[in-house]
This record gives sequence, structure tokens and C-alpha cells, in this order.
Amino acid sequence: MILKNPQLNDRGELQHLLSIEGLPRETLQHILATADSFIGLTEREVKKVPLLRGKSVFNLFFENSTRTRTTFEIAAKRLSADVINLNISTSSTAKGESLLDTIDNLAAMHADMFVVRHASSGAPYLIARHVASHLHVVNAGDGRHAHPTQGLLDLYTIRHYKKDFSRLSVAVVGDILHSRVARSFIHGLTTLGVPDVRVIGPRTLLPAGVEQLGVKVYHDMAQGLSGCDVVAMLRLQNERMNGALLPSAQEFFKSYGLTPEKLARAKPNCIVMHPGPMNRGVEIDSAVADGPHSVILPQVTFGIAVRMAVMSILAGNN
Amino acid sequence: MSTALPDAEALYAELLCQLKPRIGADTRLVGIMTGGAWLAERLHRDLGISAPLGVLDISFYRDDFDQTGLSRNVKPSSIPFDVQGRRLLLVDDVLYTGRTVRAAMNELFDYGRPACIELAVLVDRGGRELPIAAQCCGASFEVPADQVLVLDRKDTGTFSLSLSATHRERANARPEP
Repeated sequence: MILKNPQLNDRGELQHLLSIEGLPRETLQHILATADSFIGLTEREVKKVPLLRGKSVFNLFFENSTRTRTTFEIAAKRLSADVINLNISTSSTAKGESLLDTIDNLAAMHADMFVVRHASSGAPYLIARHVASHLHVVNAGDGRHAHPTQGLLDLYTIRHYKKDFSRLSVAVVGDILHSRVARSFIHGLTTLGVPDVRVIGPRTLLPAGVEQLGVKVYHDMAQGLSGCDVVAMLRLQNERMNGALLPSAQEFFKSYGLTPEKLARAKPNCIVMHPGPMNRGVEIDSAVADGPHSVILPQVTFGIAVRMAVMSILAGNN
Repeated sequence: MSTALPDAEALYAELLCQLKPRIGADTRLVGIMTGGAWLAERLHRDLGISAPLGVLDISFYRDDFDQTGLSRNVKPSSIPFDVQGRRLLLVDDVLYTGRTVRAAMNELFDYGRPACIELAVLVDRGGRELPIAAQCCGASFEVPADQVLVLDRKDTGTFSLSLSATHRERANARPEP
């Protein structure tokens, strides 16, 4: 028996974007290529295209995030959609309404697309399975599981600066254990054929069996960064950390914080990425964050084009 | 319907001849991808226009997005000049329903307000569904609705026309039951 991929419709087209894991290479390439066409829009007099005119996109953020919510909102507005932002923590859910009751009520308001961020892994899947077939769900981050649009914008950034995935060494550094960004990114890198993916971090912040994702594990920055084309830093997720996984933030910076000295081990033309928000002086030194290798702000700009690509592809697959 | 189609090179020569007296200092060429962009590229060279050439991919402006979804092969549009106050010459290979031209005009207006837009096409095949007409045209002849008229460009740069049966992309994408 073949299990149905919950992201695809009966014709095998992308109906929801829930995770990068399990998506074919062609689908990822299609999204990245489509994003190219949205990049130039910002130079025009009218920075919008009419693709989602008359459609309603509901931003459902059950967990706070300013940057992701804002870039989704900008992306939907540039596609001419009507955007409704719901701050769920202060609304019905706080009064005890169940998740699916909330969704049913919003669907009754003629929603066309839900952008969902939730602290529980799998919540967007639950919604995608529940909604009628003309509705689309975009996962904007669920628990420790996935953050596919962040992964896609990271891939887009690499493609922009390095063109070809097939010869790259990419290091993902820091708190892999709590990071949905890292999981989505690593799946994307391996799907697109990056031959050398490394994870670098202390044992306490690497999930057990991380090698099974197809990565090489390093506990030492100097070794792990040696000869890398791309260094992807992760935020040290203080709010997710219960218990003594680390002695202190200062201790972490000493071993795993990205400084110009440690970065010198990577290739001279390497790029440094960070999904934000940054903890300067914890996982990254200001000299690197603001330095010539940093592509952290272009990542944010690319994120809008990538989210436009995702939403327009989904909306067209009915 | 006779299978003998006109020679695309002869139609191109006719179109070039019609366009020559219409090109002024303010004229800017804009080709619609893919066939129209090929034509515009060659016209741009043969007409000796020094101003840059524009190309449009109208995928984001199509009126059938809800039925067909987003094209699998969107390319970035490029209008490397200020549209404001210019005389634009829109170039496409085949004029049929007029819907592509409508989409292209909508996209152009998002770049600015041109002084005027004129339309040049290699073939007008009839079957208009919108009040749109070409000012310059290589030839006009009817093509049955179940046929698609396609412009091809050889490696040498020469054009040819061919007919194929109407293809329905989405129906083909449907997996076998």
C-alpha cells in the first residue's frame, strides 16, 4: 500500500506546504525558480501582482513571531490577497475553543488559505486533514518539527550566491535539537543533492540519531567549518531549553559562537546565514553578523519572494 | 483545413517592413515570452533600435489562473526602461483570443503609464474574445479552435510555424487511476 502524501492533491500537485521532508526535488526546484520571478517586483511602480485577488489568507499564529508573520503578510499582500491576522493567544482559544472549532469558524468566513504557526508539532497536519479540499495550509513553524518556508528561503539564498548545489559543503551550527529550521533545511539540502552536509554542536544539543538525516556530525568548530561554502547558524533557543543542557551562554559562545577567527577555517568566499532573531555574543559575533560574509539581511528579503512563490503555487492547485 | 502553413520567414519580412516607418526615438519594444520575445529580439536587431528591449512573462496576470494554476515554467519579466510616457510596441507571435495581450497590458501598467501601446504580431488567427486588434500583422488566416499554432525557432535563428492538437496540461498531469 502506498501512503498518500498529505501535502499533495489527487493529481500529485502541492495542495498544502507542511514539510520539506518527502517533497521531490522537482517540487523544491519549481518553488525556487518561481521565487526568481517575484524578486524584481520591488523595483516596479506597482509592487503587486493580481494572482490572489479576491482570496483571503488567514495568518494563524498560535505562537508569537514578528518576522515570519510580517513576511507572510507582505507576501500575501503583494499577491493582492486580503490578509487577516489573528492573534490567537488573546482570542477564542484562550476562552477554551478547540483548534478545529476555530478553523471551522474561519472557514465559514470564506478563508482560502491558512498560514499556521503552532507550538505543537503536527498541528498544521491536523488542520490540513480537517479542511475542505479547496483550502490550503502553509506550515509557518510547528513545534520542533518543521519550518518549510524558512528552509526554502535558506535554500534560495544558497542558490542565489552559489548557483549549484552539487559541489557544496554546508555546515549547520548550534542548537539542532530544538530547531525546526535545521530539520527543514537539512531535508532540503539532501533532497537538492548537496554532497556534504555537516552539523556542529555540543552532544546535548544534537538529537540522537541525527546521522540518519544524512549528515556528518562534528563537536568541534575548527574541524567542522574547515573548507565550508555555507555556514548556517541557528539561534540558541533559550525559551525552549528546560534543564541544564548548557553550562551558560558565555560557555556556548566560547566553543560554538561564530567569530571571525573560527570562520577563517571556512572557504574565503563562504556565506554566513542566520534565520533570526540573532543572539549577538551567544551564537554569533557582531563582527561576523555585520561582516562581508553575512547574507542575513538578504535572507529576509528573499523570504518574501519565496513565500509568494509557495502561496501562488498552492492557490493555483485546486 | 489545409496543412500548408505560410513560411514564417516571409511573414517576418512582411512584419519588419510594416514596422520600419512606425519606429521613433520614443518607441520601446516589449516581447511576450516565449515566441513574442524571440520575435522582438530579432526585430530589435533588424530595426537597429539602440534602446533596451523589454520581455514579459504574463503568468502572474493570466485570467485562467483559477482553472489552470500557476505555469510550471515562470520566467522573470524584464522592463529595463521607464515605461512612463513611452510609446510601447508589444510583440507576440500569434494573436488569438486577445487574453494574452490583455494580461500583458495589465502588467505593463504596473510599471507605469505609457503614452500608447501598439501591437505587432506575426499571425492573426482570428477567434477574438476581447476587443483587441493588431496594428501590424505578418498575415491573417483562420485556424480551427482544436488546433494550436506554434512558432518555433531553429538554432540558426530562423522561424517556422507548425500546428498541433490542443494540449491540456492539467489533464496530462493527472496520474493513471
